[in-house]
Amino acid sequence: MNAPAKFETTLKDWETDQEVRWCPGCGDYAILKAVQRTLPQLGADPAKTVFISGIGCSSRFPYYMESYGFHTIHGRAPAVATGVKLANPELDIWLVTGDGDGLSIGGNHLMHVLRRNVNMQIMLFNNEIYGLTKGQASPTSREGTRSPSSPLGSVDHPAKPAAFALGAGARFVGRGFDVSKHLPDVLKAAHAHQGAAFIEIFQNCIVYNKDVFDDFAAPKGAEDRQLWLEDGKPMLFAGDKKGIALDRDALELKVVDVADGNWEAAGVLVHDVTKRQVAHMLVDMPFGPFPMALGVLYDDPRPTFESAVIAEREQASAGKEANLAKLLAKGQTWTVSGTAQDPV
Amino acid sequence: MANAAAAPQDGLDQTAADTGLDSVVVRFAGDSGDGMQLTGGQFTLSTALAGNDLATFPDFPAEIRAPQGTLFGVSAFQINFGSRAIHTAGDAPDVLVAMNPAALKTNLAALKPGGLVIADTGAFTKRNLDKAKYDSNPLEDGSLAKFDLLAFDISEKTIEAVKPFGLGNKDALRSKNMWTLGLALWMFDRPREPIHDWLKSKFAKAPDIADANIAALDAGHAYGETAELSGPQGNVFRQLHVDPVESEPGLYRTVTGAEAVSLGLVAGAQLAELPMFFGGYPITPASAILHHLARLKEFGVTTFQAEDEIAAVCAAIGASYAGQLGVTSSSGPGIALKTEAIGLGIMTELPLVIVNSQRGGPSTGLPTKTEQSDLYQAVYGRNGDAPMPVIAARSPSDAFEVAIEACRIAVEYMTPVMLLTDGYIANAAEPWKVPDPADFAPFPAKFLDTPNAKDADGGDTFLPYQRDEKGARPWVKPGTPGLLHRIGGIEKHETTGNIDYSPDNHQRMTDLRKAKVENIAVPDQQVALGEKTGTLAVVGWGSTYGPIHQAVRRSIAKGCSVSHIHVRHIWPLPGNLGELLEGFDHVLVPEMNTGQFKTVLRDQFLVDATPLTKTSGQPFQIAELEAAIAKYFDGIEGNEGGQVLANDQQLPSVEASNP
Repeated sequence: MNAPAKFETTLKDWETDQEVRWCPGCGDYAILKAVQRTLPQLGADPAKTVFISGIGCSSRFPYYMESYGFHTIHGRAPAVATGVKLANPELDIWLVTGDGDGLSIGGNHLMHVLRRNVNMQIMLFNNEIYGLTKGQASPTSREGTRSPSSPLGSVDHPAKPAAFALGAGARFVGRGFDVSKHLPDVLKAAHAHQGAAFIEIFQNCIVYNKDVFDDFAAPKGAEDRQLWLEDGKPMLFAGDKKGIALDRDALELKVVDVADGNWEAAGVLVHDVTKRQVAHMLVDMPFGPFPMALGVLYDDPRPTFESAVIAEREQASAGKEANLAKLLAKGQTWTVSGTAQDPV
Repeated sequence: MANAAAAPQDGLDQTAADTGLDSVVVRFAGDSGDGMQLTGGQFTLSTALAGNDLATFPDFPAEIRAPQGTLFGVSAFQINFGSRAIHTAGDAPDVLVAMNPAALKTNLAALKPGGLVIADTGAFTKRNLDKAKYDSNPLEDGSLAKFDLLAFDISEKTIEAVKPFGLGNKDALRSKNMWTLGLALWMFDRPREPIHDWLKSKFAKAPDIADANIAALDAGHAYGETAELSGPQGNVFRQLHVDPVESEPGLYRTVTGAEAVSLGLVAGAQLAELPMFFGGYPITPASAILHHLARLKEFGVTTFQAEDEIAAVCAAIGASYAGQLGVTSSSGPGIALKTEAIGLGIMTELPLVIVNSQRGGPSTGLPTKTEQSDLYQAVYGRNGDAPMPVIAARSPSDAFEVAIEACRIAVEYMTPVMLLTDGYIANAAEPWKVPDPADFAPFPAKFLDTPNAKDADGGDTFLPYQRDEKGARPWVKPGTPGLLHRIGGIEKHETTGNIDYSPDNHQRMTDLRKAKVENIAVPDQQVALGEKTGTLAVVGWGSTYGPIHQAVRRSIAKGCSVSHIHVRHIWPLPGNLGELLEGFDHVLVPEMNTGQFKTVLRDQFLVDATPLTKTSGQPFQIAELEAAIAKYFDGIEGNEGGQVLANDQQLPSVEASNP
């Protein structure tokens, strides 16, 4: 929790007077509502909440949140947010980025904000396409994606946002999708995490990449294709008839059938959000043979960057006087008085 | 530049007055691993403490440890000190200390005829001579006949001096620079005590090393004192005393440009009553500012070494948004990377100070050499109509005041400001009369915490882009209740700050941003030297101050009607500058670029400014500026100004750069 004091608000309090300019049916609307619904539950204070974004469809988000907001430049929101947090650690920062903004032009900054562990929530809206520039393939587009810039189908391998985050040193990795009713729970967990909390949110671009996530996000058959992870609970899906177990010889995950609810006998793993090695396997789990891992995949806090910076500054300043006149006259000096001078 | 003075000393064989010298130029040259910058730096300190005014010019290769003994690995440090005010590092050295053949070869061309060469014979081995591409030993083949030569085995003498400390030969030879420094201190009658103190504190954890170095220093000094030093031409070299300069009373210290900028930023933040946030990324020659500020945390300074130049400026913008004074620093290539973010700072109208320690360009260019070629980049180099104030420091000590001025403009006008220095200013040292912080008027930042307007019904409302009489918008810290708002790089409504692409609004916003910067209060331009009207105005900016000033001084002494005008405020320009320039028949603009400030002057004042350009990576020499000025007074039509050709008096010689 970033701000311990509870503040009474409703969803309406978080809506601005600005006209929302996303395409009708865009997944961003659902995410906006989920965030506006979550903040009152967190007791967040709008005056101490700052939404910071880069460039792209997702990055218009701050204009629609009745809080402080900074719509920065393409890819650089993590760097701006780092400066804001270091200058005022009491502010509760939500970073909004996309697959192009966060993983292409801003990949470097995303990596560093995660490894430094600056305390903020980072929501990466992954729609696997460049929307605002009219539909080019993005770094998360699947191979073969046909777009104006890849008319014969893209040939590059897609990046996996959650795997990238974990590899960069993130101490919290969550996943959800725009219309999921569980999204607020993931946001709350991210907010409770002290440090950089990375949330990949699959988001449907209705115009340029319509229903690309239907393979796991469509309501029909969802339980067979979604693995919602909960700390301390077995990794079960498909109505608890299937589970995720560890193939100890191959050191990889496998799907096992669970007979008569006896998941222990089937060797199904119990989710422990602090297990980094398991998280690495979960973010890399290929969809198709496996379900899509969703929820809180990893959550193991460690001291934040800003707390280390503040502690270092306090330690370095302890017992020292901030006397500018003395600082200017530091080192070896000499005085000149009239014509007679003496080295000091 | 500040002057310095000290008490005259007794027991001297000779004074500068006897020899007709009022200043002496000494150059230390050796391998980049020989510690020449250190030797020069300590000699500078001793010289300042002896009461001489001085200027230095560190000239070192881009490589940290270039292969030993090679021509391109030569590192040199030049100091000019004297009993009159010194404004430049001097043209040609009077004394060259060459620690190896490569150092001799690359620096000899610069030495004055009849100058003194001090060489370490121990380093003039066959192998080193080959590396320096000498066919025969110049110390023995008579090729140095036109100079005074003092050649002896400094290596051997150093090893002898430090023998009691049980160091191996390799470690012992590391003290060679201290031995040489000791000799130089004797020659110019500089005190040894400050160096003793410095060595003791530097090697506090290794007293053996401190003692060995002190022994080497004292041995070099003693050698000068006791040996009958005699050059090949039979001139007995005797100790030379340079009189102290007369100067304003006060407390003095030496300062480099990088130190002065850092201190000025700290002072500026204090005057603005703001904590400072400094976002930086390592780059030559700007890193020193990051290093200095990282040690000043007790002054409310947060330093952040970012992942790249872009993140460094963006974090600074973020900190300014949150209510601190955001500062970033770099050199040309890094400034190029920061450009988009600087545009964001201009659009969101947040305070930001950007320091550019210019180096030779384009691209990676000449990282360790100096140039003034980023002026276009500073004034014009952004997408869109993106006006930004630009100010330039003229010397290391001037950088302090200029940094304060940059902070003032940024905070009072809610705008990014670019401060231009260069590699020469950043690295060079000079005496500095320690300023009293109380002499500077505070400019406390104001944060808005209540609504600033009325709505149609007369109720309180908040307009994030409502401007004050200076054209500045209010600064609101996130966290302030009741003033929630959003800002960004998109064009915004002129008062509400809401996204607004409408044609009329963009026209107005472009005009407002332009007017805000153009109306910044800039002091009237003064004439640095000479009359307010005349035949020729030599107009400079930045680190060319020293050589221009001396050249104009000498020209005036010869009877020329010439004045020196040195511009600090590059953008906006001082309001009276156009009128001032009209009072001269000719305007000559010496610059270490291809004529960038000349273009700005022509554009702003329709003045027939003539460029005098130099892009060799080296500062102007007084002599070449004097020659250019003289062309205006020889009566030959069409022979004024023009480009300065690179010559063999420049530092280092061509061979150093192109072995």
